[in-house]
Amino acid sequence: MKQTIFRVESNTALTDSVFRMTLLGDTSAVTAPGQFVNLKLDGFFLRRPISVCDCEDGRLTLIFKTVGKGTAQMSRLPAGAEIDTLTGLGNGYDLTRAGDRPLLLGGGVGVPPLYWLAKKLRAEGKEVTAVLGFNTEKEIFGEKEFRALGCDTRVTTADGSHGIRGFVTDALPESYSFFYTCGPMPMLKAVYRRTVTDGQFSFEERMGCGFGACMGCSQKTKNGYKRICREGPVLEKEEILWED
Amino acid sequence: MGRLTVSLCGLEMDNPVIPASGTFGFGYEFAEIYDINCLGTFSFKGTTREPRFGNPTPRIAECPAGMINAVGLQNPGVEKVIAEELPKLKKVFHKKVMANVSGFSVEDYAYTCERLDAEEQVGWLEVNISCPNVHGGGMSFGTEPKAAAEVTRAVKKVTDKPVIMKLSPNVTDITAIARACEDAGADGLSLINTLQGMRIDLRTRRPVIANTMGGVSGPAIFPVALRMVWQVCRAVKIPVVGMGGIASAEDVLEMMMAGAAAVEVGAANLTDPRACEKIIADLPEAMDRYGIRTLSELK
Repeated sequence: MKQTIFRVESNTALTDSVFRMTLLGDTSAVTAPGQFVNLKLDGFFLRRPISVCDCEDGRLTLIFKTVGKGTAQMSRLPAGAEIDTLTGLGNGYDLTRAGDRPLLLGGGVGVPPLYWLAKKLRAEGKEVTAVLGFNTEKEIFGEKEFRALGCDTRVTTADGSHGIRGFVTDALPESYSFFYTCGPMPMLKAVYRRTVTDGQFSFEERMGCGFGACMGCSQKTKNGYKRICREGPVLEKEEILWED
Repeated sequence: MGRLTVSLCGLEMDNPVIPASGTFGFGYEFAEIYDINCLGTFSFKGTTREPRFGNPTPRIAECPAGMINAVGLQNPGVEKVIAEELPKLKKVFHKKVMANVSGFSVEDYAYTCERLDAEEQVGWLEVNISCPNVHGGGMSFGTEPKAAAEVTRAVKKVTDKPVIMKLSPNVTDITAIARACEDAGADGLSLINTLQGMRIDLRTRRPVIANTMGGVSGPAIFPVALRMVWQVCRAVKIPVVGMGGIASAEDVLEMMMAGAAAVEVGAANLTDPRACEKIIADLPEAMDRYGIRTLSELK
């Protein structure tokens, strides 16, 4: 974990409610796709945890959805704005588990953390299938970017307005070596039931601190209690306990 | 003796700043960010006799200038705390630590305190009496002078270390509880624990926190905390540790002017992991500004 100041480089709308922000600063603590950063916004007490979409030396890309007043304020931050940021939070995805033909399953704002993962897997020469799920055509983002990485990219929409009608689980390839997923809880549960290999799931939870101090985000797993912010957000398929 | 030195129940501290229980774990997450030996001491995660997972999530909500939590005393239980957490704590923190203890019966409190009394690094026992008394109809020990006194007496019997009773603000007259603890032999008091509160999600029309209600902390509660510390300091002779929304060196001075011998800093650690380090570093300059030579003169 590191606490440093990042400067907003750009902040642009991808859809009505999804924004892409690039930030410049010390990225040395960011070590794995699937990790997150925790941003201090003026006027809000708690930080806002946002997954890392891409990371190059000194530049972070975040893609976030405006769901409340904090993220709405984030969407209005101009270039040059400074943000007190905690980086290097969470465990992230384990690339060594991928095998030759990994499958990435993302839903809505669960798509962004899979982008950096896809980039790294493609750099290792893996054949990556990416299934990106959205509700409707006007909410889609990222399709072009996953294609540009050379992923077999499939888009699903619940209303059939673009790509395959249905959910990410309606567009699974016939075979794959391992899977990585991030998305809303009903999607994660469907992925758990419909996948046939081991895989890693990234979870979301309301957090107090984001670095393991407050126990605000703990979940029960088959391997005991885990803090989503510290031992997560990525959990192994075989350790998940679903609580309905 | 330095300008910041204070004494708490007979133990000297380099400064009065103490991260509050539940906001600092067992210290090592923070030791990644700064040398936590700059602290006066810290109060470690509330420990119970048996392991506890705590409440379902969401456990956290935000409010203006603060937050609400209903973690529910998640901890690995006193045996694991002694076997696994304290050895790790010892590697990153080399001063006496404050052991925070919770319980659901008088016997629970006595048992856990006796186990922690045997740990050399434990300097003080801070006893959280905001928990429900399962044998007393579920009312919190801290809302009833007789129950608070009973816990105090039971704990005092099993330890020679200073016992600090941590008081709940969710009472009609906090000075009555404070006096009951003092009369039962408490060496000190700490206050305030969190204030009960809640939030509702407008979209779902349901409480944000799974447990419905939680404890409010952060700068939002500072004036309430200050008022209660002021009242308690005038009602008892034993030292009082003031807490509730402290986020700056100025807040520390204000709390000590109300009568606190030392202060705890809670929610601020969660939003800025370096909060306590900064407060300690800022204290001398803030004291200069208000003509305060040493903190001990504020008593």
